[in-house]
Amino acid sequence: MTADPVDIALFAAKLGAVFFAVLTLAAYLVFAERRILAWIQDRKGPNRVGPFGLLQPLADVIKLLTKEDLVPAAADRWLFYLAPAMAAIPALLIFSVIPFGAPLTIAGHTLPLLIADLNVGLLFFLALSSIAVYGVAIGGWASNSKYSLLGGIRGLAQLISYELSMGLALVPVVMMSRSFSMTDIVTAQQSMPFIVYQPLAFIIFLISITAECRRIPFDLPEAEGELVAGFHTEYSGMRFGLFFVGEYINIIVLGGLAATFFLGGWHGPLLPPVIWFSIKTLAFAFLMIWLRGTLPRLRYDQLMHLGWKILTPLALFNILVTAWLLFLTS
Amino acid sequence: MEQIIFYILAIVTLIATVLAISEKHPVHAILYLVTSLFAMAVIFYLFMAPLVAAFEVILYAGAIMVLFLFVIMMLDLGHPEKGLSPHWKEWLPSLLLAGISIASLTIVTVSRHASSIVSPVSLPIREVAKRLFQEHGLAVELISLQLLFALVGALYLGKQSSPSPPLRPPSASERRAGGEEK
Repeated sequence: MTADPVDIALFAAKLGAVFFAVLTLAAYLVFAERRILAWIQDRKGPNRVGPFGLLQPLADVIKLLTKEDLVPAAADRWLFYLAPAMAAIPALLIFSVIPFGAPLTIAGHTLPLLIADLNVGLLFFLALSSIAVYGVAIGGWASNSKYSLLGGIRGLAQLISYELSMGLALVPVVMMSRSFSMTDIVTAQQSMPFIVYQPLAFIIFLISITAECRRIPFDLPEAEGELVAGFHTEYSGMRFGLFFVGEYINIIVLGGLAATFFLGGWHGPLLPPVIWFSIKTLAFAFLMIWLRGTLPRLRYDQLMHLGWKILTPLALFNILVTAWLLFLTS
Repeated sequence: MEQIIFYILAIVTLIATVLAISEKHPVHAILYLVTSLFAMAVIFYLFMAPLVAAFEVILYAGAIMVLFLFVIMMLDLGHPEKGLSPHWKEWLPSLLLAGISIASLTIVTVSRHASSIVSPVSLPIREVAKRLFQEHGLAVELISLQLLFALVGALYLGKQSSPSPPLRPPSASERRAGGEEK
């Protein structure tokens, strides 16, 4: 397999650009969240570092990197080190299968605007999101603390439950696009985004990925009112930072996936494709922040009830109806 | 290049599997097993079977192992007692089984050495689905029923062995659910 050096250079540039964009966006999402929450709650929010507080993420990174890195004496040392990486890396890897723009042509070389066009892209996402569970579970367990363990167990149960409804909500998408490849799914929505045909699946997917992000109203693994900080109680410095940034990378990635599966991906009138993709992704991020400013936390039994008794049966029913309609129309 | 990756993955799989068996601590053992499954999945991907690779991770590493981990964390099995090494008599059946497996594997490999080299062909997902659910549909259903039987059987055995109320303290979720309703 010999590749053109220009192709390799373009690929490396693309990889670097995506990496930089996602990480910067995640850092600024933290800032945006603090400002928007402050706005919702009628406060000012961080506005001292740089103009409008825009350098706040930089200051936060410096703070996290220079803080003391504590490891509890009774912790399982290696797993304690490993867990934050296991929480952040799968989220970053998922972004590699999301098409974020129409293919570009630079000097005779076509450059597809996604990192890896796998023909099982959708399954790749499901596989990695099920691996991301280990970060929470191992982090909670390895800390050897009651709060962390409870948070870890809660996180495990929650993520397993909502992964199911998330996967089932994606089945109609696969049925309609007849492919697991992300590129094909986006191409199938050229004329009409799937949200028009599948509003129910979209809502189920949206609720499920909010739970997968472990955000309010589903932030029971962290639940600061009862578990201190849940699975990351014992973490400090950049290890805590990895969990933290992982959460925001997750928001961006899941927003990108919601856009790809239901909102037509990068398709849209007038504006360039990359801009459309960014608008859709950031709209989801804004929705997450808005929800956090609006909703209270669910109780644990309510969480399980919603996942197993409402979302999963609804998703199954939706699959049946979709199959029936597709059978009638074909 | 692919050969080097394959050998690295194969070594990782082997070492992780051996460690998963020999490790006394259940949580560590599960993580070794997950590592092994993950490396196996990448090997499948190298063999042009991305679908199998994805299912390996989704089902085994992502679902079954997570459930194992959940149960172990929930029941607090994280303290293996010392001196649990089995008696030599208990080794005999497993040694016998291992001997039979190794012998049959050797015979199969030696006798079919020349004919067993097949170049990998990439099958589209639709073909795989057709083979699975149209040609072998009945077998697939039977296997899934078998899993259900195992589940029911395990439940029955578990219920039978503890007629009295369970001795363990209520789990985190039970305690919460019960406490909130009062």
